[in-house]
Amino acid sequence: MTTAPMELFAGTPRNARDHRVEWLVRTLLGMMTALLIVPVVIVLALLVVRGGSAISWEFLTTPPVDGMTAGGILPALVGTVWLVAVALVASVPVGVAAAVYLSEYAPDNWLTRSINLAIINLAGVPSIVHALFGVGAFVLFFRFGTSILAASLTLAVMTLPVVIVSTRESLQAVPRAFREACWNMGATRWQTIRRIVLPNAVSGILTGIILEVSRTSGETAPIMFTGAAFFLPFLPQGVLDQTMAMSLHLFVIATQVPDAPDALPFGVALVLISMVLAMNALSIGFRIYVRGRKKW
Amino acid sequence: MTRDALARSRDFDRRGAAWYMDRAVTLFVFVGGISAILFIVGIFAFIAREGFGFVFTEFDAGEFFGSIAWRPTSMIERTYGALALIVGTASITGLAMVVSIPFSLAAAVFIGEFARGRTRETLKVLVELLAAIPSVVWGFIGLSIMNPLIIDTFGVPIGLNVLNAGVILGLMAAPIMTTIAEDALKAVPDGYREAAEALGATRWQVIRKVVIPAARNGLVAAVLLGVGRGFGETMVVLMASGHAINLPDSVFDSVRALTATIAAELGETAVGSEHYQALFTLGILLFAVTFAINLTADVIVRGIRRKGR
Repeated sequence: MTTAPMELFAGTPRNARDHRVEWLVRTLLGMMTALLIVPVVIVLALLVVRGGSAISWEFLTTPPVDGMTAGGILPALVGTVWLVAVALVASVPVGVAAAVYLSEYAPDNWLTRSINLAIINLAGVPSIVHALFGVGAFVLFFRFGTSILAASLTLAVMTLPVVIVSTRESLQAVPRAFREACWNMGATRWQTIRRIVLPNAVSGILTGIILEVSRTSGETAPIMFTGAAFFLPFLPQGVLDQTMAMSLHLFVIATQVPDAPDALPFGVALVLISMVLAMNALSIGFRIYVRGRKKW
Repeated sequence: MTRDALARSRDFDRRGAAWYMDRAVTLFVFVGGISAILFIVGIFAFIAREGFGFVFTEFDAGEFFGSIAWRPTSMIERTYGALALIVGTASITGLAMVVSIPFSLAAAVFIGEFARGRTRETLKVLVELLAAIPSVVWGFIGLSIMNPLIIDTFGVPIGLNVLNAGVILGLMAAPIMTTIAEDALKAVPDGYREAAEALGATRWQVIRKVVIPAARNGLVAAVLLGVGRGFGETMVVLMASGHAINLPDSVFDSVRALTATIAAELGETAVGSEHYQALFTLGILLFAVTFAINLTADVIVRGIRRKGR
């Protein structure tokens, strides 16, 4: 708002009072926003200060020793990579297919509304309920046992909404005229999707996948009983092995290992949160870059 | 198109590889589309399959909802009173909402309506990053930073209590609520704002009299989804609430939550045992409540869409 029109219209005392109220409200709301963000930033800074001393190359590349009171986090790091990778392999094709259906095929009927409601619920069901589902379905019913496969499939079901929603958004951002032009050339629906819609939406889909990686690597409850182990000194060899994971490792070190030195759990927390936030920042940065480059 | 013309066009329709490919893909993406429904039904089916054995035999609604005695491993008499767990979850979620609702709505209004340009983008990115912090890290913050802070500040013997878990959960739910609430504000057409501004209203008057009433349903849905988040959160309440079966008298009492009980006990039960089935019964309860919350939020949001048309 420039000053000139305000002077023009701020003639009456009543107007002046309204503007004072507005200034007050604005300041108050701004302070409340700051109060929401600043404490968390301080806490994150504390994590860096107290955990920074634990972090070294050795910390990242050696397994824990002495009842997890010393040593590094290598098996947990590798385990998290395994879990995320297998979860992605399972959820990305299904999620992208679902998004293509919802964006390109689905008519506005009860089935589509049910699918949307199911997606909202899939995102809203508590993580521990997903864990129960993973135990009941993948560990017991499909007999995968407690394994990377069972844990990753549980994570895949849980994070499916992230892929679907972000992919659907980027598909819908492709202008309808692009599709119509392609149909008019005699292309089938699938040819249109593969040659026109997906290439134009691929960066948005990638953003969503990175976001899913970030989300998946931090989850704890769904993997506790489906495949993540408290302590395994060796690295997993295949998808039917159990594994350590960063998130569960933080929980275990913080609650089950009372004589661990103070810096150790802070170091684990710092590595975990750096991984998650770095992935998230990458996703946001990529999104801003893509938006800036958009041609239509 | 007449019948004849339609028939003729079918004759020209050479069903080549592209046509069959198209059909196959249509089927594939349809299966992908309904997979979300299959999964949500599957979740209920599988937890019901494990839990119904308990529901139809040992389950006693009076004891389950009326007793605080959760003693699934007792040698003398096993009892499954979930009242303390329900109260524990409710008290933590309640406090979390007291913390997060005013702050996240304020932040949504500030970011969506007052902040401009670079400030706005920065705040949005910050809120999004806060929403990404994993729950186990929040739990760890409660355990290692909030715990001594509460002990020192209030002079209480234990810092793992309703206050700790509630504040942490509030901080955790706030970014998500802020994002959804801001979306609801953004959904209000700019024409509404411009019309009010043309009448000489200040920005705050526009927000208070026009934007917030128009976005009311979306804001309620944001709050509901926040409640659902808090209700179902596991790691924070497991690590920061003290995990003691207790009906709290004040925010300084330790409590135990439904989700945390499952997380803490499932690993120690034999598959198919009564205790194991009882934990799945808690899961059914959690599933039902969050399903109801999400359904309500969806109905409310749909309400505005219909009115907006």
